[in-house]
Amino acid sequence: MMPPARILKVVKESATAKSLYFIFPGEAKPGQFVMVWLPGVDEVPMSLSYLSPNVKGICVEKVGKATSALQKLKEGGELGVRGPYGHGYDCAGGKRMLVVSGGSGAASLAPAVECAIAKGYKATVVIGAKTASKLIFEERMRRSGAKVVVATDDGTRGTKGFATDVAAKLLGAHKFDFIITCGPEAMMAKVAKLANKHGLEVQASLERYMKCGVGLCGSCAFGRYRVCADGPVFSGKQLAAVKDFGASKLAPDGRRTRL
Amino acid sequence: MADLSTKVGALRLGNPAILASGISDVTAELMLAAIDGGAAAVVTKSIGLKPREGHKNPTVVELENGVLNAMGLPNPGISIYSKEISKVADAGGKVIASVFGKNATEFSFLAKKVQAAGACAVELNLSCPHAKGYGAELGSDPEIVREITSAVKRSVKIPVFPKLTPNVADIAGLAKAAERGGADAVVAINTVKAMKIDPWVAMPVLSNRIGGYSGPAIRPIGVRCVYEIAGAVKIPVIGAGGITNGSDALEYIMAGACAVQIGTAVGPAGTNVFGTVCAELEAFMDARGYRNIKAMVGKARCA
Repeated sequence: MMPPARILKVVKESATAKSLYFIFPGEAKPGQFVMVWLPGVDEVPMSLSYLSPNVKGICVEKVGKATSALQKLKEGGELGVRGPYGHGYDCAGGKRMLVVSGGSGAASLAPAVECAIAKGYKATVVIGAKTASKLIFEERMRRSGAKVVVATDDGTRGTKGFATDVAAKLLGAHKFDFIITCGPEAMMAKVAKLANKHGLEVQASLERYMKCGVGLCGSCAFGRYRVCADGPVFSGKQLAAVKDFGASKLAPDGRRTRL
Repeated sequence: MADLSTKVGALRLGNPAILASGISDVTAELMLAAIDGGAAAVVTKSIGLKPREGHKNPTVVELENGVLNAMGLPNPGISIYSKEISKVADAGGKVIASVFGKNATEFSFLAKKVQAAGACAVELNLSCPHAKGYGAELGSDPEIVREITSAVKRSVKIPVFPKLTPNVADIAGLAKAAERGGADAVVAINTVKAMKIDPWVAMPVLSNRIGGYSGPAIRPIGVRCVYEIAGAVKIPVIGAGGITNGSDALEYIMAGACAVQIGTAVGPAGTNVFGTVCAELEAFMDARGYRNIKAMVGKARCA
């Protein structure tokens, strides 16, 4: 068994989010995730927000017990990491990419944007958040060379309104070849509709309650798919076939609940 | 062309590959995906009276040659699961419903419910190694296996398949007890009770500490169990434990199983594993001149 991953750096990203950078050698693709274990607390899925050959990163939004415990970790601390798992974003079909990010969705999209730009893609990124103090990775996205547009629900930074409203305007004014999106599912469902309207390919990264992370238990059921093994990034064609998209998910006991 | 169809007692199956309990089977859509992938039937997650979250994470540890799990019987409860069973049955899929209870009364109650929902058979979870008061805690005692099987048999018309634990000295004794209780077939094996310790943090990885080991590492144990059971009872045996390809399934069939269940292999391979196993079985049968599954069942016992 591998030794625990040693934390190299902890960076505050917003009022409620922190990035943890840790030693975890191996290949990983943007959009993939890892299962992060805090002994005695919990094990949770986390999107990789930073990828390099030896160091990986996650961005932790404080939402519950496990994420609070993760945020208490300091440089030199340790965490159990297994993965990477799942399918990442697949940049195909044209070079002009529209990226629609909501809330902590920027965590999985940031490495996707960096990777795509390094391969010669052009990226326009809409970063949405409830309020300015919740925005993450705005500077990082700009540094990557992407064109960045910020939208906040309360107008404390950038355009006042939803990321999807900004995306709709951009789609009306400019040519894009495909869209990638990550964020609240209701937002992604709107993005999928926009993509459909404009005849564009779309990929969305889904989030579900997970136990095994490796396609066995079915806890993360999404229609006929398993989010951990068949996703977490799904194509527009796959999304269109799932009634639960934007509507419902399974609770830990397997009962269907509204999103 | 070899004929892959098989019979488990009165239950006819288009091929011998069945989705094992607890593996990507909590919704009708997932169960139908396994059937589309080539599974002749699917076994549900084990169903209890009420919704149950199961153990806290970590619930799974990937090991070198298998997977250790202690899910702790998570399930949405009988009333919700019944609807999922009906959806699969209405779509023409064969569902074997796995149930777990504290005693014969609970097992019988659940068996009647799944029969009404459209299950083609009921599997009795007498073998889960990681849920207090359930599974192997009951199923390690032959008399309890007989009593629960017999009570369920009196309650339903559909075939009854007790699933047995390998974590006993004499699994054939459990199979004989199931046969005395009137079981239509037995399923062997459930997972092997096991533990993984992470030396770096000096503690077991699973939140439940102890779990059940599945995957390729346990196949020789399962094959031995099926071999022993088939020599001890007249009822059919469904083999399970570490099957990932046609050759693995053949080991179980030649040990005496008339059908097999596949679970852990669905993780990496997805639901296509059923179709792959069947294609490999067919190629082997054609190459070796076996015309049907029956011709191979228990073949290694005659040698």
